[in-house]
Order: sequence, then structure tokens, then C-alpha cells
Amino acid sequence: MHPAYSVILFTTASGTGYGLLVWLGVLSAIGTLPASRWFGFTGLALSLGLITVGLLASTFHLGHPERAWRAFSQWRSSWLSREGVAAVATYVPAGLFGIGWVFLERTDGVFALFGLIAAALALVTVYCTGMIYASLRTIRQWHQPLVPWVYIALALATGAMLMLALIHVFGMESTWFSYVTAALIALALLLKQRYWATIDNEKKTWTIGDATGLGKHGQVRMLDPPHTQANYVMREMGYAVARNHAEKLRRLVRLVAFLVPGALCLITVVPMEFLAAPAAVLAVLTAGVGVAVERWLFFAEAEHVSMLYYGRPAA
Amino acid sequence: MTCLPTHTERKLGLVIDLDTCVGCHGCATSCKEWNTGGYSAPLSDTDPYGADPDGAWLNRIHGYEVGDGTESRTVHFPRSCLHCETPDCVTVCPTGASFKRAEDGIVLVDPDLCIGCKLCSWACPYGAREYDPSHGVMKKCTLCVDRIYNEHLAPEDRTPACVRACPTGARHFGDLGDPNSKVSQLVAERGGFDLLGAFGYKPVNKYLPPRSRRDARTVGADTDTAPQKQKIAAPTTAIENLFSWVDRALSR
Repeated sequence: MHPAYSVILFTTASGTGYGLLVWLGVLSAIGTLPASRWFGFTGLALSLGLITVGLLASTFHLGHPERAWRAFSQWRSSWLSREGVAAVATYVPAGLFGIGWVFLERTDGVFALFGLIAAALALVTVYCTGMIYASLRTIRQWHQPLVPWVYIALALATGAMLMLALIHVFGMESTWFSYVTAALIALALLLKQRYWATIDNEKKTWTIGDATGLGKHGQVRMLDPPHTQANYVMREMGYAVARNHAEKLRRLVRLVAFLVPGALCLITVVPMEFLAAPAAVLAVLTAGVGVAVERWLFFAEAEHVSMLYYGRPAA
Repeated sequence: MTCLPTHTERKLGLVIDLDTCVGCHGCATSCKEWNTGGYSAPLSDTDPYGADPDGAWLNRIHGYEVGDGTESRTVHFPRSCLHCETPDCVTVCPTGASFKRAEDGIVLVDPDLCIGCKLCSWACPYGAREYDPSHGVMKKCTLCVDRIYNEHLAPEDRTPACVRACPTGARHFGDLGDPNSKVSQLVAERGGFDLLGAFGYKPVNKYLPPRSRRDARTVGADTDTAPQKQKIAAPTTAIENLFSWVDRALSR
């Protein structure tokens, strides 16, 4: 599948933003975070800023971005529509949570509840994002039960890294949250490894013989393509750049999205205060690059059934 | 609304005969000609006469080679939207632009509602939906909805443009929901099949398989139990090839 660059930017940026929103909501509800105005403002501005940038970016790949509002209408059947509805709905409790934190310096009582509702809706949104891919039967590598959980685990892990960076930049510390972050990175890596193992070990489902219905007459090979130049379907579904280097890119993802940021998060617990903030910030930046590569690979490794008509033997 | 109708009164669709299709691309050309001026028009092209032509087509004709050796054959294979009964291309649409008509089962895209997110093309295993970059919307086979009910056209023209154009009569149009219709009987008689039936979208369009080779008896004669014919040594020269061909042609 051809990676839509705006979609990669969207899922990476808003995934981190939603992850941060979850932690802001949960940690302030349990009273770990200060109700200070500036801390709340910075955290929520970062979180909602990343979400908004991502949502706007996601409209760039549309043929008619000005009609994007219509995408809120079909939530009964479409995961894309559900994602849109959940994304916009998240702003409401997040906004109320922000009013309490920034203007009234309160994160308790009803404001804690708003924070928790925003956190829950953020998770629902990321789940919908994952389900857009996981619901497509046409792409075996996407039609996997693990897909939405990998999206959620990565959002929680990258969001926790950003939360940790904020904590240290504001001169606070939270050893237990460093461990939570590292554990989430490990969990996300574990899920991703399971995902890769699943798609590698599964047999391909469909053959060119099934697609054409001619398999019972013998081996089917493409003789003449319908046209001399590549068409939309071949460019969109037939994109295979990087698939041959998948193993190398997976190693890169393991390193840049998981191992390096994980190690950097653990540096924040060593008793050298001056290292903590830079290490946590660097962890977020490294993981951002790593997750973008992971998303790109997610597209590049996806094989679409329609390519069987264009001569692929199996998918 | 992108929820599918629970039942359609009719199941209009095409039956495509892979035995008689000669791969002339006449149906695709006729489709393009009609649909560039029809529903959701135009069907744009970029650089159509240049080195890198590109454009949206609703019907594409593939050519496959099937089988090996003397049993091999060429099969011309037109491919377009199959107007499935339970397709995900409709349900994934976030805007309601994609829909399946309850009255006749035709799957359409409303070009005024489509945002061009391309998700429907991702959901189609048949590669039947194409994005038109000039208009920013998805294009697909309409089953010539603007011809088949068009009372301004002569009755014989109220059929999809591809069916009207086919010079070998390899394309048939009708109600596949009615077991007594001509198309349904043709499917029953010839063993018509679904593309990727196990995928579960329940395509309405059916394909008729290529018939057995007419010289299958002669070709198989060496090995099977048919009465032993005189063996002819493999021809090596052009003239022997010619005679060998005449021999095969005569024994049909």
C-alpha cells in the first residue's frame, strides 16, 4: 500500500497527543500532577496542539478537504467516520478539563472527571484509528486483531514519554512514572514483535487463480496488462518500495522507536538531575522518528488482494 | 447512508463470458466514451496521447495465460465493479457518498458528497474503484444507470455501454436476482462463477468459464483411454507444422 505521508504524520502526531492527554487526565485525577496553571497550560497545549496538527494533516490527502465535515455522518458503519466523531468529541471534556486547570487551577472533583472522560475518549479515538486498518479484509497484514492494540500501546508509550519530558522540564521528578514509561515501551515492542511474527508466519490467503476463478484450469499467469502505464490501483495498492528492506527497517524501528527511547527514559532515574530533562526530551524526539518509520513500514508491508489481477501470484 | 440495504428488489448485473471474449477492449472504450459524458462526468485523462498517459477507467481488460503446454490457453478477462451484495466499499465510506440502491442493487458514488479519502478503493478486493485526481473523487462502474432507464434512448440502447459495444456477445446484462431471467439461466447452464466467492462480498456479476479446448480429445489422445490414434512424430519444419495444423483443424 502506498503510504499517505499526511496519514503517517497524523497518526504519529495525534497518537502522541492522545497518549499525553490520557496521562494528563489520569495522573491529575490521582493527584500526582501539580494543579499549577503553567504546567496545565503547557501540557494541554502540547497535547491538543499535536492532536490538531495531526487532524488537519489528515485532511491534506483528501480530494476535497473542504467537504471533510461530511465524514462525521456515517458513524453507524464506518470506522473512519467513528474516528472523526471521537476525535472531535474528545475536545469537549478536554476543553472543560483545561478551563479548570488553567483558569481555576483546579484538577479535582468535577474537573478530574472531565480529565478522565477526555482520557477515555482519547483511547477510543486511537482504537478507531487502528480499526480503520484492521477492518479491511483486503489487506492481510492489516486485518489482524493486534493492529488496534499496537496503535493504542504506541500512543500510550509515546504519550508517557512526552509526559515524562514535561515532568522533568518543569523541574519535578517521578521515578515510578519513568518505570511506567519504560514498561509501556517494552509492552509496545512486545506487541509489535508479536504482530510481525503473525504476519510472517501466516500463509497467504488468496492466489491469482482464486482472483480470476481460472485456477481450476491450471496455473494462471498474467500475459497482457490492461494498459501500458501504471494506473491508480497499481500505484496505490501495488506500492512495494521498502518491502525488500523490511527486515532492516524493522531493526531500525526496534532501535529508534523502542530501545533507544526506553534506555533514555531509564536515564531519568539515575541521580544526576541535569541529565533527566534532556534525556526525556531526546526520548520523545527519537521515538517520534521511530514511530513514523514504523507507520511507513506498516503501509509498505501491506499487500492488497487487488494486485492479484495485476500478476502477483498470491496475497 | 452507507449501511447496506437488507434486501434489493432486483440484482442488476453483468454476466461476462470468458470463452467468447476476444480481448478487443471495445467494451472499455465504449464505457469510457459513454461515462465521460454521463453520471459523475467527466472521466478525466492526463497526457492521453503522450508518453505517460493516465486516467480513470471503469472497466479494464486483462489477459492471462492459463495452464501449461498443449493445454495452455489465453483468457481475456474484463474486470469492473461487480455490484456486490455485501461490499465493504460502501460501509467504510465516512460521508455517505457510496451507496447501494435498494431498488436494483447498483453500487454508486455520489460525486457531490465524496471527499476523495480513497478508503473505498482500499476495501475493494477487485480493484474496481479508481480515484480521479482531476476531480478529487472516486469513480466506478455505474452499470450505466443513466442508460438503462433512459427513455430518450431507443429500447435496444437501454443497456450498459459495454454490453452494447461487445462485438462477440461476451457481455450480458440483466436481473441476476430473478432465477428465470436470461442471465440467470445462462449462469446456471454454463456454470457461471463468482470472483473470490470465499471473500464474502457476494458479487452480483458472474463470469462464465472458458469451454474446454475443441481439440482436447486429440491432444489428450496419447495418454487417456480414447481409441489409440496413429502417432505422428513431432513436426520439425515449417511445412510439417503447417500439415500438423491442418491435421488438427480437420480432426475438430
